[in-house]
Amino acid sequence: MNGSEFVPLSLVPMLTGIFVAVACALPGNFLVLRRQALIGDAISHVVLPGIVVAFLLTGVVSTWPMLLGAAGAAIVAVVAIEAVRRLGKIEAGAAMGVIFTAMFAGGVLLLEQSDTSSVHLDVEHALYGNLESLIWLDATGWSSLWDLEALAGLPVELPRMAITLVVVALFIAIFWRPLKISTFDEGFARTIGMQTNLLGLALVIMAAIAAVAAFDAVGSIIVIAMFICPPAAARLMTNRLEHQVGWSVAFAALAAIIGYVLAGYGPLWIGFADSVSAAGMIATVSGLILGITALIGPHRLRGAAAPTA
Amino acid sequence: MIWDALTLQLGYNATLVTIGAALLGMAAGVGGTFLFLRKRALVSDAISHATLPGVALAFMVMVALGGDGRNLIGLLGGAAISAAAGLLLVSWLSTHTRLAEDAAIGSVLSVFFGFGIVLLTVIQTMSAGQQAGLEGFLLGSTAGMLRNDALVIAGSAAVTLALVLLMRRPLTLASFDPDYAISTGQNVTRTDLAMMGLVLAVTVVGLKIVGLILIVALLIIPPVTARFWTERTDHVVLIAGVLGGLSAYIGAALSAALPNMPTGPIIVLVGFGFFALSLLLAPGRGVVSALLRHSAYQRRVHLRQGLLALAHGQPIYERLTLRLLQTQGWARPDGVATSDGRARAIKALRDETRWHIIRSDPAYEAAASLYDGLTEIETVLTNDQIMEIDSRIDLRGAVPA
Repeated sequence: MNGSEFVPLSLVPMLTGIFVAVACALPGNFLVLRRQALIGDAISHVVLPGIVVAFLLTGVVSTWPMLLGAAGAAIVAVVAIEAVRRLGKIEAGAAMGVIFTAMFAGGVLLLEQSDTSSVHLDVEHALYGNLESLIWLDATGWSSLWDLEALAGLPVELPRMAITLVVVALFIAIFWRPLKISTFDEGFARTIGMQTNLLGLALVIMAAIAAVAAFDAVGSIIVIAMFICPPAAARLMTNRLEHQVGWSVAFAALAAIIGYVLAGYGPLWIGFADSVSAAGMIATVSGLILGITALIGPHRLRGAAAPTA
Repeated sequence: MIWDALTLQLGYNATLVTIGAALLGMAAGVGGTFLFLRKRALVSDAISHATLPGVALAFMVMVALGGDGRNLIGLLGGAAISAAAGLLLVSWLSTHTRLAEDAAIGSVLSVFFGFGIVLLTVIQTMSAGQQAGLEGFLLGSTAGMLRNDALVIAGSAAVTLALVLLMRRPLTLASFDPDYAISTGQNVTRTDLAMMGLVLAVTVVGLKIVGLILIVALLIIPPVTARFWTERTDHVVLIAGVLGGLSAYIGAALSAALPNMPTGPIIVLVGFGFFALSLLLAPGRGVVSALLRHSAYQRRVHLRQGLLALAHGQPIYERLTLRLLQTQGWARPDGVATSDGRARAIKALRDETRWHIIRSDPAYEAAASLYDGLTEIETVLTNDQIMEIDSRIDLRGAVPA
């Protein structure tokens, strides 16, 4: 594998995969600890009606209206879930199940009813994206990384995902202490005057931003996997939040790299001609990592069976 | 056309599918109720997503064995096996590691689904021509279904419904009061297992009709909707069954009658329609009735405070209070009490004074605890007690006339 092949074909999807994985895993740590892991699941389902509505309103498949539509749908979903939970006095899981399935169903129906045959917009795409298609045509080799002309031809998903990662990481870094305190002891956080509700909402919105920015490149499925699997695996490795976040970032990046390589080159090694879905493979690898930590992670047990140190 | 579909006149296959969907909807509504009462509604989401690798593997195995790979029974069998594996993994992760159940559900769901997608792309390349629309399992597709498949679905939906109805009693007991169920000697672990088995059956049978992404809605929405209408477990089960059956029936009929109407999403949206109506209109737990209750309460508070203000001869600035007093005919627009209003104001003040006395007398502690500024004192005390209290009222600070 030399530079002239690797850089145009694999570098961009691999980097995008890593950025997506890390951007989702960071807020995922807090979601898993707060037992809100399935919020990511709900958000990634409602992205579909968001982009369909944005398409129907603008008539074109372009990035910004769709991102806005998806973000709008995510906010509508979060508000609706909360409304159903409070107004109907329904348990959070069930309220989530009602809203995200109904919105997803609405999105599919809108898509089927409208004429989208001329554009590339379908359910499968929203589910598992197309990481492999992020080809950097202008690149000729490693030297292209310093070539401004070639850099201008980078697929737009890569810088977008990099910015998203920076935004998410900044949010986590700036609100580290409040997030940590309110996650582990919400009552205490309230008594020292923290706006825990606002903070919780901000966390969910951050997760939504990561999910919405990611779905276009990689689809929903990898987003859900990255929200949950790396943080869950990291949770089994350590008792300290700082270390957990570190482990989760490492696991997320590892899953993205191994997953992409296995999907792109794995089938060739065992004699198949074509590659398989990179998004699916990255999700699979993250699951394998979780499986390994669930079997041998030093802090995999709870309560009395757990080691004290 | 829609009417034809609703009255089952669109041909044999469409009729079978519609009836099968209705049976499945009933089974899902009833089975889902127990999941909902156990607060484990989203476990079904993990089960349904976990079917995908099974479907794909079953297809590959059948092709490798020389079959055509599209045999519905084989595909559903594969789905059941991998869904069961997913279910076992969820319970293993949430009991044997310290991960919470939601993290276990989410990881199993996404990883199994991701692996399924990988297998689907393998199938795409492996035998391009016979790809056989396995994507149909994602969102369900009943269009152009073979007669045998329709029979399989209608038959297995009927069997599932029968199983749910047979196991209704132990399931009700275990999901409503597990501790009591254990104390009566019921094996709750086994009942839970049976419940999950039923959910699995519903999911697998529903794959072809509703699709694996949305089948969870069929298990969640009807029970949640039914809960609005009643406080009794057996009624929730019944209503959820009826609503589930009805949504699936209407949805399947609409999808058969109209163009570009995928079955699964339509069924889910019909069910959501019932949910939205119930959320708004249900008596007791509905939003409209809660609003009405709230505004009735608000009116009582305003009237009471208005009367007390009149009794004290204080001016009333609050607009709502003034308007309410006027519509009752207790005050004139300038805020002066009518004769009726004055009488009621005096009564309100006297009651308040009575309340004041019993609240400072430990002998009346039980009655005094009912004080909320609105309750009529006659509903709490007997006439004799009221007379006894009246004798204690200090008339020197009497009501200004």
